[in-house]
Formats: sequence, C-alpha cells, structure tokens
Amino acid sequence: MATFAPPRPGPMTPGARPPAAARREAWQRRLPLTPALLFMIFVTQIPFVFTVIFSFQSWNLVRPGSQHWVGLGNYANVFTDSAFRGALFTEIEMTVLAVAISMVLGIGLAVLLDRKFPGRGIVRTLLIAPFLVMPTVAGLLWKTTMLDPVYGIVNYLLRLVGVAPVDFVSRFPMASIVTVLVWQWTPFMMLIVLAGLQSQSGEVLEAARVDGAGPWTTFRAITVPHLRPYIELGGLLGAIYLVNTFDVIFMTTQGGPGTATTNLPYYLYQRAFLGFDVGQASALGVVTVIGTIAVASVALRMLFTVFSTTEGRA
Amino acid sequence: MAAVASIAAVLLSATACAGAGATGGGSSGTTITVAIVANPQMQDMETLTSSFEHSHPGVHVHYVTLPENEARQKITESVATGSREFDVVMISNYETPMWARNGWLVDLQPYADRTPGYGPNDFIRPVRASLSSHGDLYSVPFYGESSFLMYRKDVFAAHHLTMPAHPTWTQVAALADKLNDPAHHMAGICLRGDPGWGENLAPLNTVINTFGGRWYDPQWNAQLTSPAVQKAVGFYTDLLRRDGEPGAPTAGFTECGTDMAQGTAAMWYDATSAAGSLEDPTSSRVVGKIGYVAAPVDETASSGWLYSWSLGIPKTSPHQQAAWQFMSWATSKDYIKLVGEKLGWSRVPPGSRNSTYQIPQYQKAAAAFAGPTLQAISSTDPAHSTVEPVPYTGVQFLDIPEFEDLGTRVSQQITAAIAGQQSVHAALAQSQQYAQTVGRTYQHP
Amino acid sequence: MTTAAPASPADTTTPRTAVRGPLRHLLRTASWTAGAWLAGLVFFFPVLWMVLTAFKQESDAYTTTPHIVFSPTLSQFKAVFDSGIGPYLANSALATVLSTILVLALGIPAAYALSIRSVRKWRDALFFFISTKMLPVVAAIIPIYLAVRDLGALDNVGTLIVLYTAMNLPIAVWMLRSFFLEVPREVLEAARVDGVTLRQEITRIMLPIVAPGIAATALICVIFSWNEFFFALNLTSVRAATMPVFLVGFMTSEGLYWAKLAAAATLACLPVLLAGWIAQKQLVRGLSMGAVK
Repeated sequence: MATFAPPRPGPMTPGARPPAAARREAWQRRLPLTPALLFMIFVTQIPFVFTVIFSFQSWNLVRPGSQHWVGLGNYANVFTDSAFRGALFTEIEMTVLAVAISMVLGIGLAVLLDRKFPGRGIVRTLLIAPFLVMPTVAGLLWKTTMLDPVYGIVNYLLRLVGVAPVDFVSRFPMASIVTVLVWQWTPFMMLIVLAGLQSQSGEVLEAARVDGAGPWTTFRAITVPHLRPYIELGGLLGAIYLVNTFDVIFMTTQGGPGTATTNLPYYLYQRAFLGFDVGQASALGVVTVIGTIAVASVALRMLFTVFSTTEGRA
Repeated sequence: MAAVASIAAVLLSATACAGAGATGGGSSGTTITVAIVANPQMQDMETLTSSFEHSHPGVHVHYVTLPENEARQKITESVATGSREFDVVMISNYETPMWARNGWLVDLQPYADRTPGYGPNDFIRPVRASLSSHGDLYSVPFYGESSFLMYRKDVFAAHHLTMPAHPTWTQVAALADKLNDPAHHMAGICLRGDPGWGENLAPLNTVINTFGGRWYDPQWNAQLTSPAVQKAVGFYTDLLRRDGEPGAPTAGFTECGTDMAQGTAAMWYDATSAAGSLEDPTSSRVVGKIGYVAAPVDETASSGWLYSWSLGIPKTSPHQQAAWQFMSWATSKDYIKLVGEKLGWSRVPPGSRNSTYQIPQYQKAAAAFAGPTLQAISSTDPAHSTVEPVPYTGVQFLDIPEFEDLGTRVSQQITAAIAGQQSVHAALAQSQQYAQTVGRTYQHP
Repeated sequence: MTTAAPASPADTTTPRTAVRGPLRHLLRTASWTAGAWLAGLVFFFPVLWMVLTAFKQESDAYTTTPHIVFSPTLSQFKAVFDSGIGPYLANSALATVLSTILVLALGIPAAYALSIRSVRKWRDALFFFISTKMLPVVAAIIPIYLAVRDLGALDNVGTLIVLYTAMNLPIAVWMLRSFFLEVPREVLEAARVDGVTLRQEITRIMLPIVAPGIAATALICVIFSWNEFFFALNLTSVRAATMPVFLVGFMTSEGLYWAKLAAAATLACLPVLLAGWIAQKQLVRGLSMGAVK
C-alpha cells in the first residue's frame, strides 16, 4: 500500500551538517524505530509496487503462460465496467449507512450510560460484547439464528405480531448486512462518545446550570460542541474499518443476490480469487487505492486535529 | 531488512513444522487429504468411509468439506499453484480437461486399467469422454447429469394438452402461456434466474446453443451481441418474466425444486439429478405425477448439458497410490451397491455408470426417470453443442479457465435483466465487453 | 469509562428533580435503569442466544418457536471437538500469540523512538504507520499471495504471523506511544541527571509506568489477530487454517446443525470476548489508537 504526505511534515532537509556527536545521537535515536519501519515498508509498500506493475499486465493465474503486457487495457476495462461502478456505489452506501446509524445509536447509548444506575458496569460489559464477537461469527449468527425465514428469532417475533415471515437476507440484503455491521459497531461508537461525555469539565456544566440553562440547552450548547471531535474520531475510525468490510458479506450474502451487496473489497476478492485475474484485480486495486488516498488524506488531516485537541502533547 | 527477512524465515520454518504437526493425526499408514464439495451425495460418501478404512487399514481419509464456491476456489488455487495440501480433489468435467492439458493431474488410465473389476468402460460414454484428455481418464466420475424437461402429467391432462417427446422451445413457450395461472399459484414454467455460471447460465447456455448462438467465433471474437444470442436471451428472459416462477431473479436449482415439488409449477427445465427428490415422498407432493422429456431444442437436434462431479489426483500429491485406492472405491460398482443397501436406493449417485441402470433395485426405485436420464446423458455432445463453429468445447460452459469468472459476471447481468433492472440489450452489451476482454487474451500470439 | 471522570451529568440533573421529591427521583432512576438494561440486553441477546443454543440438542435449536427452557447438554461441544476443531484452534492461537509478541518486539522500541527520545521526523514516521492502516488490504493481496506462493509459504501459520504483525503494528505504535507520553518528563530528566544508564532508565522507570499500557496493546492485537479472516481465507487451506476459516464450513445450505454451529461459534468467540472484557478500561484507548483516554 502507499503512503501519503502527512498533514504537517517535519523538517525535510537538515540545515547545517551536524557534528559527529549529534549524528551519532541521531542514529541512536533512530535505531529503535528502524526494525518496525523496515518491517512495515517491506510488508506493506513493496507489495503495492507489484500491484502497480501487475496492473499493466494481462495474467490469469490458472492459465499458465498467459502473462503479457497490455498497457492501460486493464484500466480501460475497470472504467467501462458497470459492475465496478455498482460496487463503488454499494461501498459508499454500506459504509455511510453503517457509520451513521451506529453513531446515532452509539450516542444514545453513551448518554444512557453516562448516568449512574444500578448495574452500570454490567450493562456496559453486555453492550461491548457485539464488538468483540468475531465478524465471521456475527455474520453466521445473524444469517441463521436471527434472520432465518423459518427458524430465525426475528421472524418468530414478527409472527407474534401477525406479520408474515420474511427472508431478510435475500429480500433485503443491504439492510441485513448493515444491521449486522451496526450491531457490531454501535458499541465502538458508544465507547468513544462515552469517553467524550465523561471528559466534560464539571465546572462548565455547573456554571451553565447556575446560569439557568436546562438540561437540553446544556446538552446542545455545551455537550454537543464538546463531543464533536469525539464523534468525528469515532466516525472516522469506524469508516476506516468499515470500508474494508468483507467477513460479514462473505458469511451472509456472498455479495448477492446478484451484486446487491458486492462492495469494493468483495468485488476485488472475486476478481482475484474467483477469477484469478491478476491484471484486472491489480488495476482495480490501484484505482481503489488512489480513491482511498483522496478520501483518507482528508481523513488524516481530521484525525490529526482530533489528536491535537484530545492529546494536547502531540 | 535482513533482520526482518531472517525473522520471517525463522517463523516460517518454525511454524511450518507446528502447522504440519497439528493435522498429522494418523498413527500409522498413510493419511490422504480429500477436498470435497458439501452436498448430500458427498456427505453420504463421508458417512461410508469407515467401510473403506476398514477394508484398507493402511489408509486414513481426512476430508476437507466446503460449500461449492469455496471448494472450487480452494481446489483451483491449490492445484494451480502446485501446493501439496490435497491428495484427492473433487472437480468436474469443466476443470478436468483443462488441468490435464496443463499437466496438473495424474493420468488415471493406467490405474483404472490395472484395477481388477473397476471397469472404466462402464462409465457412460459422454461422461467418460468429458473427463478424458487424449483418450486417457484424468478424473473418475462420482456422478453425472444432463438436463431435461420435467412436466406435470396431471396438469397437462386437465388442460387437455400433450407434451411432445422432443419438444421445441416454441412449443414449450406456447404450453407455458396456456398453463401459467398465477391466481391459482401455478407458474407456467420454472427456470433458474439466479446468478452464477452454474446457476442461470447452465440452462440459458443450452438455449443460446440451440438458438444458433455462441460465445466466440473461431478467432475468439465475442459474439454475445449477435442476433442469435440476443434472440435466445430475449426468449429466456421473456418466458421467465411472462410465465416463470415468482421471485425468479433469486430462484435457482433449490428454489425451482421446491416449487415443482410443492406443485406450484407446471414445467421445469433443469438437471436430471433433480428427479430423485421429486419422486421422493418425504420431500415431494407430486410423486408419480411427473413426466420427463428431452431438453427442448430450436435449431439443434439435442441441447442437454453435461455435468459430472469427479475425483482426480493432483500431480503434486505424494500419496498417489493410496489416493487411487480411495477413489477407485468411491467410484466403484460396489460403492453404488453399498449406498443402495446401507442408505437406500434413492440415494445412489446417478449418471456415472451404465451398470447402475442395470441394478434391479435401482430400476425399481428410479423407474420414472432412469430411462430419460440415461438417454439425456448419452445424447450430449460437448464437442459439437453449437450450430456454428467455436474455438471451445462444452455445453453449458466453455473450457477456458476464465469462464468461471466471466460466466458469473455475465450471469449477474442476465439476472439484472430478468429482474427488470436493465434491458436484455444492455445486459448483453456489458457481457460482450467482459467476453471481449477475455477473448482478446486468446488472440494474443 | 474512566473512574476519574470529574463529574457525571447525573449529578447535575438530580437537584432539579430532588426538589420535587425523592419518589419522583426514584422513579426516574428506575426508568433510566430499565431503559439502559433493556438496551444492553437487546444488544447482548444474539450473543446470549448463541451460547444458549450451543448447549441445546439440535431438536431444541431448530424450532419455529424458540425453546428457552431445555435440558442443557455438552454433546455439541463434544461433536465440534470430534469434527477436528483442534488444529484450527491451535493455528489461531499460534498466529495470535506469536504475532502479538512480534508486534510488541517491534512496536515498543519504535514507540519509544517516537515519544521519549524522539527522532526528528517522528511526525512523518507516525503518519506513515497510520497511513498503512487506511488503505484497503485487498489492494495488496495479489502480490502478497504471489510472493507467499513463490516462497512456498501458502498454508503456513508463519505467513499469517508476519501479516498479522503488519496489520497490528501501526495501531500498537500509536497506542504505545500514547502510553509512553504519560511518563513524566521530570522524572526522566531527574533520573538522567542522576546518571542512570539507558537500560536502567527503561527497566526501572519506564516499564513500571507503561506496563499496563503494553498489556492493553497486546490485548488489542490479540482481538484483531484472532478475528482476522481475509488473509486466513486466502492464504491458508488445510494445515494453517484458523478458526474463522473453520466456520466457513458451516455456511452451507444444510442449516440443520445450528446447535453444533453455535458451539463452534462460542468457542471461536470466547477468547476474544474474555480478553475484551478484561481490557474494558483500555479498550477505547486502544481502538482510538491512543487518541481517547
């Protein structure tokens, strides 16, 4: 994978040539960092260089001798592929829905938990469980025990109120997947927002009350602005993980019915490991990465601001 | 860098031992790893394996069972990359000739000829041919199937309609129009609509072939926007939209089977292997009411597909002798009898051996469909399935490694057309582009 | 989350209601409690149901009306162990533990170099680490797959260890750094004036302070490695397959073995669930890579 320029680069060129002692000191400082840095470059950057190279080739893994250069042909195919555009749209829809809904629910739960009540620790423990459940299990669990048209709990509850059973996973595939993702990520959002709520200064809230502000006014005028960086951070980190959603799709809909739930990672996976089409999949990978860089460099800037405000010393 | 590389190397070697040790298992003798697709017949095989291990004390069988898509992907990946994890792989007549050409599979002919009582010539001819390369078997059939048209004799009688023994698609469409009656939960015809190269594309390709269409001309120019293909796909889509089952875009083999078994479809064009469950009183409400005729045609004399799940040995397997012992057991005449006697004659894997159709108990259990099944399989001809010449062989698939992916993508476009999300014209235009991309790689010198 | 929260809004709302009388206050707390518990149970229910189902017979699991009362059995767990879950568990454990150790071995010095005795371009390095986390893994899978294949390292736990290390190292570096930054500068400077060696500085002064942080980082790494699916699916098949891959076998349409599935799923989730619950206090900090304490 690639790097992008950090939002505020450090000094790139040393001014005067440092004396020997300072150079040794600099080396000593760099030494502990080097293995980790090299490891990451080796494992994440070099493969991406090869992705770029492969993207200019036609190469099917299961067809020996099929490897040859095709220039920009793979890119032309990517941009004329309606399924790719569909996957891009699915990707955006899935990520935005999952982040937005889990954030709203997460804020609600955080507000609930921000107040003392009997068993608060237990409730919080229960609430974070979905986040810890293996995503493959989450997918399987929802597909079978929860959403199965005949034996699923949700349909049992629907029958109790007189609604005919629904085959959720095939009728509403996107909603089914978003449900599983929201179930898994709401606890994450809740934890971050809760940390934000609990870091509010007591004096400011107290002062607001003394000034006669009601709880709702206080919440809107003081708590929400205070929470903003936390909400941004939660949304951002959630999005970073959720754009890579693969496990849940694999275990529930396999990208279907048709291509209804094929997001970019799943589409790329299909090209690479069902089609064994190295060239096309690489071109897709490069396009995806360029798109991500555009979005992520904005995200990184945001992240940095958030870090500065919450960390102080960064 | 060097440090990282050596750490990695140490880890790799250290854990290679650990990983191997974890599944070693067997105390003595040879353990063979068998990769199979999770479906009922294969699960029967797993159940009966103790009988094999009893008669071959030196061989232990370790199964890796996966759903069809995953199994196919894992097996392809493993065999193509020459890794050694599997000693026996379950493949089909799609993979076998290609992989034999690539030198990835062990030639089984010498083994088959040498094994007393195995009888490789007993395998139904087109099935055997489709699993051979240059006359030698490279995988042995576990079961085989073609496609035929199933129809409700009682419903036809009630409407005073008759089904020709060799119907044309025009006749079938006219019949479907008359029988379609959504108000009384009766679909005129059930056809696969769900995406997948092994789903809607299987029946659709037989329609394309018999309508005079083809995927490529001999120079590998894609032909999916040709008038014949447009006509065939338009016909299939229209028929399905007009007289097909509700929820057609998500209906596949299983869904259509349920529709037919529950009596909500008057006709069903699908695999010959479907008949078994339709004639099984525990799963079907239409036992004895179904007639079986040849796959409908248009311009060709026959149009049924040919498919076989078979077992092969990757060249890299270090246990080829033990692997053959296991495979020759699982595809033997005795195995068929073993299934019949232990699990019931309706569970016998059909369509692999002529001799299966001579067994009196099986003839009795499969009286309604055994004849049409054997007839359908025997009349397939994958080398000449199209009207015009083509650079590939295969009926419902093309024998190129790209087809699995290409077929799936095309089938998704078709499903979108069946669902009414796009026109047949648009679906084929996009499909043509996919096909052209693949075709170009074959035009390359 | 943190016990150090200076004041809870609960305190700020109580006086308003307290004026109206203790009964009303009690009622309000009761309904708040009920609401929170209800939310907690709704979210927890699928997990609870999974665990319950794991102790059922298949006949109790596969019913149109859910069976809440049933006679528990351990036979599903036995069936899962008999079907050969052992090697998968062992592979998962191996990949998780060794990759976590490797992450710490590489990450602790790196975090040190980015906080206490920081290199000049620490900001660049830090952002390099995090940027690798932002890009889709799938984009690099093909060359990784080919390289691993050519090295003969497909279906090898070592491959997973290397990749899981790369996957978790950025998070660990950011997280560890935030813990290192908590070491008071004054203490360090005082020690340096006293002439302690670098080794003493690290072992005597820093480690005791950051040890809980290292433990929390390790737990986060354990969670992500144990749950990882994409690499395991594509780079392993038989010998090195991990728990998530084992579960793929349950995806088939023969959904008749829910109780066995639930037992396998419970076993698959248990280690991380426990790790996460133990690390609760540090979870948010780890997940936000140190940004939120």
